[in-house]
Amino acid sequence: MRSSLVVRSVVIGAVALAIALAPFILSDYNRSQGATVAVFFIAILGLNIVTGYTGQISIGHGAFMAIGGYTTAILVHDHGWSELSTIPLAALVGFAAGVIVGVPALRFHGTYLALVTFAVALAVPQVAKNYSHFTGGTEGLVLPAHTGLWLYGVSWAAAAILFVLAWLILRARTGRAFRAVRDSEVAAASSGVSLAAYKTVAFGVSAAFAGVAGSIYVLVNNFVNPDLFGLTLSLYILIGAVVGGLGSLWGVLVGAAFIQLLPIGLTSSHVLSSQSVPVIFGAIVILVMALVPRGAADLLRAIVSLHVRRGSNAPSP
Amino acid sequence: MTALTRTLVPGFRIRNSWIVPLLIAGACVFLVIGSLQSSLFAQQTVSGLANGGIYASLAVALVLIYRATEVINFAQGGLATVTTYVAWQLIDWGLTYWLAFAATLGIAFVGGMLVELVAIRPVERRGNVLTIVIASIGLLILAEGAVGWIWGAQVKFMPSAFPARVFHVGGVAFSFQDIGTIGVSIAAVFVLWLFFRFTKVGLAMRAAAVRPAAARLVGIRVSWMLSLGWGLAAVLGAVSGLMAAASPSVLLQPSMMDGILIYAFAAAVLGGLESPAGAVVGGLSIGVILNLLPTYVDWVAPALLLPVAFVVMLVVLLVKPSGLFGRTRVRKV
Repeated sequence: MRSSLVVRSVVIGAVALAIALAPFILSDYNRSQGATVAVFFIAILGLNIVTGYTGQISIGHGAFMAIGGYTTAILVHDHGWSELSTIPLAALVGFAAGVIVGVPALRFHGTYLALVTFAVALAVPQVAKNYSHFTGGTEGLVLPAHTGLWLYGVSWAAAAILFVLAWLILRARTGRAFRAVRDSEVAAASSGVSLAAYKTVAFGVSAAFAGVAGSIYVLVNNFVNPDLFGLTLSLYILIGAVVGGLGSLWGVLVGAAFIQLLPIGLTSSHVLSSQSVPVIFGAIVILVMALVPRGAADLLRAIVSLHVRRGSNAPSP
Repeated sequence: MTALTRTLVPGFRIRNSWIVPLLIAGACVFLVIGSLQSSLFAQQTVSGLANGGIYASLAVALVLIYRATEVINFAQGGLATVTTYVAWQLIDWGLTYWLAFAATLGIAFVGGMLVELVAIRPVERRGNVLTIVIASIGLLILAEGAVGWIWGAQVKFMPSAFPARVFHVGGVAFSFQDIGTIGVSIAAVFVLWLFFRFTKVGLAMRAAAVRPAAARLVGIRVSWMLSLGWGLAAVLGAVSGLMAAASPSVLLQPSMMDGILIYAFAAAVLGGLESPAGAVVGGLSIGVILNLLPTYVDWVAPALLLPVAFVVMLVVLLVKPSGLFGRTRVRKV
């Protein structure tokens, strides 16, 4: 147990160091790619809180990102706010939106919740298209551009803060309540966990994370329009969470890197055209669900525990 | 025996007292009176019914799979898109429309069964609802991606099966397109109903869906019935996709069924998610509602149709989760 803790701290330290040092060797273009990885990291972290830890599926996290993104874009574009000061507000608006979706979601289970959140993912960009005097309609709004270094710093700083926050939430009382709701609603309710309160809070917190992700996503792209937050984005975040492993903070980074870097890798190595990316993504999702439903985190965990067990010569159970 | 038959055909029975029939009858009377008053209303109603037929056939496909596995197949629209492109390709190669139509339905049937075998069954063996739902989303991405990869993302032109003419009845112009779409969609659902009602395989499939364990005991290969269900659902999806591609409001592109899938969701939910008859009524209702609303309510722009369908779905789920035709279920907690 202790040696696994050591392994874990070493790995976390190494990954954090690598992320902190990466901008010094990357080109400015690659730095903004790295910032996008951070955006997906935050979004998947948020999705993991509600789907991985609380067991409430959401296919609509792109919608919460859209809400956060438009909050930032409108405040910066129309009201002259500074970019950074809009991020906490995006979190707040995201939280409110999450609670608004979370309250009716209390009455839905499994498939029905998937349906409703899927529809949210498709409906929100349409709303943005329709109220164009606010949102710039299909054209969208253009924001001032930033250097890759600035974007990388801001996005990964936010990612680090939110990662620690998620860890604190999930390891304490709230996190235990979330997992109890996921594992058995009956047992959770009879142990005095208020299902309604915790499910709503999980949705709110999760959407707040997505709101921050959307806000930074807009800054990275330095524009916003409804297509930026289309169905594909929602589905890709879900793919990232699934590939990384639902219910695991470890897997989030793997998932985020997967959805952002695999397409780039495939296209730049000329193995396959960029049009093949969705096909490969879809096939991988099905494979993961069939073979390792708990994602990369499960594989990692298995490898680490195997290694530790061999090292300490403990008898295998 | 009659009691057994009755439990095996829950979808075709209205259990919810008299409110639902009254509601439907009221809606029909409203539509008929409106159509007699105004020719615009009549035209919008008929094209609403045509769209509704497209939603209804996809909704019935969703219901078929939901009844068997309690999972919504998010890939239903994506698979329909694939079959629609297959039809486009066949026509491009020189087949006549209806020959291509028939061939596509055959391909869809085999393809649907294969998809169940290859993609869904391995997941189902160890999965819960969440894993199967996610696998079906993977399938959706795969299907739409494959279409974009093979045929490209540009919009293609699909010839219509029906003449682009209109005919007049009492000063109202009806298009052959609309009438044909309604006819084909309803015919497809009707043939399916006949199959389930009057063939032995249909009976076995119903049994496998309602009581898998008992069905297995009387010698039904439940897993094959599931594959068969996926095949039939894919055929209905293909009908829906082909009719959608022929309609002037839908462009033949990889994402063509995304919106229609949401309307079909709303239709299936309105009908109770477990009832094919409900899905048909739901589909036609959604079609008419979404056609009449923008015509008569100013602030409902075309961009807001998806949100409107979403609101319909939400209201049904909150007010009467069992829909118009569904069974009420009791859940703990």
